[in-house]
Amino acid sequence: MTQQIHRDDEGSKLGMWLFIFNELLFFGGLFITYAVFRYVHQEAFHFAAQELDVWLGAANTVILLVSSATIAMSISTIKMGNKKLTLAFLAITLLLAVVFLVNKYFEWGAKIEHGLFPSSAMLAELGAGDTMFYGLYFAMTGLHALHILVGIVLIGIVLLRVKNNKTTKDNHQIQENVGLYWHLVDIIWVFLFPLFYLIA
Amino acid sequence: MNAESTHMHEENYLKYQGKFKGLLGWIFSTDHKRIGLLYLYSIAAFFILGAILGLMMKLELIAPGKTIMEAQTYNGIFTLHGITMIFLIVIPGIPAVFGNFLLPIMIGAKDVAFPKLNLASWWVYIFGAIVAVSSQFMGDGPPDTGWTFYAPYSFKTNTNMLPAVLGAFILGFSSVLTGLNFIVTIHRMRAPGMKWLKMPLFPWALYATAWVQLLATPIVAITLLLVVLERTLQIGFFDPALGGDPVLYQHLFWIYSHPAVYIMILPAMGVISEILPTFSQKPIFGYKAVVFSTMLIAFIGYFVWGHHMFTSGLSEVSLVAFSFLTFLVAIPSAIKVFNWVATLYQGSIVLKTPLIWAASFLVVFMIGGLTGLVLGSLATNVHVHDTAFVVAHFHYIIFGGVGFAFFAAIHYWFPKIFGRMYDAKTANTGWGIFFIGFNTLYFPMFYLGIKGMPRRYFDYLPEFHGANILSTFGAIILIIGLTIIISNLIKSARNGEPAEANPWNGVTLEWKVSSPPSLENFEEIPTITKKPYDFTS
Amino acid sequence: MDNHENHIVPLKTYLLILGALLVFTFLSIAITLIDLGPLAVAGALLFAMLKTTLIVFYFMHLKFENKMYAIFGGVVLLTFIVVIILTFSDYMFQ
Repeated sequence: MTQQIHRDDEGSKLGMWLFIFNELLFFGGLFITYAVFRYVHQEAFHFAAQELDVWLGAANTVILLVSSATIAMSISTIKMGNKKLTLAFLAITLLLAVVFLVNKYFEWGAKIEHGLFPSSAMLAELGAGDTMFYGLYFAMTGLHALHILVGIVLIGIVLLRVKNNKTTKDNHQIQENVGLYWHLVDIIWVFLFPLFYLIA
Repeated sequence: MNAESTHMHEENYLKYQGKFKGLLGWIFSTDHKRIGLLYLYSIAAFFILGAILGLMMKLELIAPGKTIMEAQTYNGIFTLHGITMIFLIVIPGIPAVFGNFLLPIMIGAKDVAFPKLNLASWWVYIFGAIVAVSSQFMGDGPPDTGWTFYAPYSFKTNTNMLPAVLGAFILGFSSVLTGLNFIVTIHRMRAPGMKWLKMPLFPWALYATAWVQLLATPIVAITLLLVVLERTLQIGFFDPALGGDPVLYQHLFWIYSHPAVYIMILPAMGVISEILPTFSQKPIFGYKAVVFSTMLIAFIGYFVWGHHMFTSGLSEVSLVAFSFLTFLVAIPSAIKVFNWVATLYQGSIVLKTPLIWAASFLVVFMIGGLTGLVLGSLATNVHVHDTAFVVAHFHYIIFGGVGFAFFAAIHYWFPKIFGRMYDAKTANTGWGIFFIGFNTLYFPMFYLGIKGMPRRYFDYLPEFHGANILSTFGAIILIIGLTIIISNLIKSARNGEPAEANPWNGVTLEWKVSSPPSLENFEEIPTITKKPYDFTS
Repeated sequence: MDNHENHIVPLKTYLLILGALLVFTFLSIAITLIDLGPLAVAGALLFAMLKTTLIVFYFMHLKFENKMYAIFGGVVLLTFIVVIILTFSDYMFQ
């Protein structure tokens, strides 16, 4: 039946934007939680944030911003019909996404090694403010990392589609939608970075 | 279009044989009409479960003290009753059943924008439902928090909370995906000439609802996820012992769950806005006002959640703001009621079963709405908070509003969906018994609440005995009425008189296609020139 | 409406935007290094918003899309802001 329904790129794009709004409010719930606890525990948040490595956070910010630019460029190149360059840009995006996760892995690992994780004895000792800060840190960056993981799968799919000429000059809405998703993931990080790393 | 598709026009959607036969032809069908019916049957099954649980509660309350069950059993039953009724029935309810079936037809389309996603939504719904209901049978006993999962009890209780919370989380996805699908469908697939202000009111209601589904559901999704983290990792956000804030849970929960009331009631209002013009043979009074108030209710509905928390220790500024906003949202609702009544005024009224349900909707919705104002006022709220009054109020809105509209809708569109007529005499008798039972069941609870009987207890003081007997008696009458209505519908769907394409002389597009509709709804997509409720010609 | 579809943004534009985004990132770090007190957070958030605007309008093509998308985005943002304000009407006045 599906072959009779003609392809509606505009509808597909609208659907993606609606999904993005939905995602924004999904993270929105966490941002409300963050705002409340930050308001209640200003001092503690200030000191807890000093434990995070600004430069590691900054490196991850740069990584995501560049990857956002490369996926945006891949959409321009597919529209120009340049398959080779499109594949290159997508591959760079994919690589950067993986690097981001590797960084995150080491960052989380170091925190957990220092005993800073939900329900740890260390946090119980440090008190409510630190418990909330690290709870939020793990919940928000964790959910974000999950989105990166999904993004890696999606970009991988698009990469294969371009390679197999399924995504082409005239049929690239799926790539655009994945691009929109990836920018959303980037935007969330753009806010997570100052909220966790820059408030020290 | 190929040769195969022209042949498909001739067959109606109930008979059509696709790739799969029998049951598989239904559960793997991407036809919006079949998906609508899949939802109808699953929702009906859960509704019978929920109604039986409700009856059990009422039987327990027929006398003070232990009657037929232990206190803990009662806690489990009111929790499952709430979860089933709210998450499995009234939230998907009208949009999933009638929205799926009728939205494409009413806007002149062959299907929704994303048919496969639509089927996936149903599967996600079934999956979520199984997870939620499984909480009853596994682990350490049924959840006992009530459907609101309030912190900190929801992660302190030893009962089997995780599946219930995860089930509600999964069901949220189904709701979001349906909403997303409907918005894109309405934007992209309206028939040529159907400008926004030529669209019928049921699609308008679905449009407003879809936005609320899309933008409110994610908040509860993340909140429920945090409860899961709270139970598994002791993350601490809602746990006062770790410095968290349980009232924040209430904020986040109601930021969704109040708009959820509009997810339930807006489509119900849409149904009423379709039925009244048809059975008065007269255009809806103030079409634009109804459209505008629909969108306004959806928008303001976001900002009133605090009225569920008047006794939770909110700041005074907050209390006044939420009370004010609550009164504000009553205005567009009242506008609609006036428009409906004005539509009936001087109409050529044909008193058929759908209109009887719609008219009684107005009565019970008014009772529910006005008692809502009692709850929206700060002073009176404190008096009746968490009493049977609240239970009576929201049953008048949810069961009275959504339930009556659902029955109105199923009788109204029955000929279209099944291609057969229901037995009108039995349907009307069923309505009469149901209506008496409904009011006998819930009206005494207003009295009990004002007198101080709290909700969610399996026991009560002796002075409440009389009204409770009356209420339980009403529950039994209601169940008898319900049995008559449902068995009549099942019988009629099998053996009813064949229905014409347009038995009610309706003017919206669904009455211009055959009953039941063909696989692709329209031989040719119509071009719209007239307003939606133009009865001239 | 469909002519938006064929709009190809030159790669150079994207590089320029990326440059601006990186500059904003380092500026936001820089202002937190000098001691501005509570203003530091506000400043960092302001840069985050600037960056978001650039990403949304250029990377996500909002600038070239039908106005409807921007209106939807605005309504969503407004809704979220009002929700935050109402939540804080409780916490600020406790």
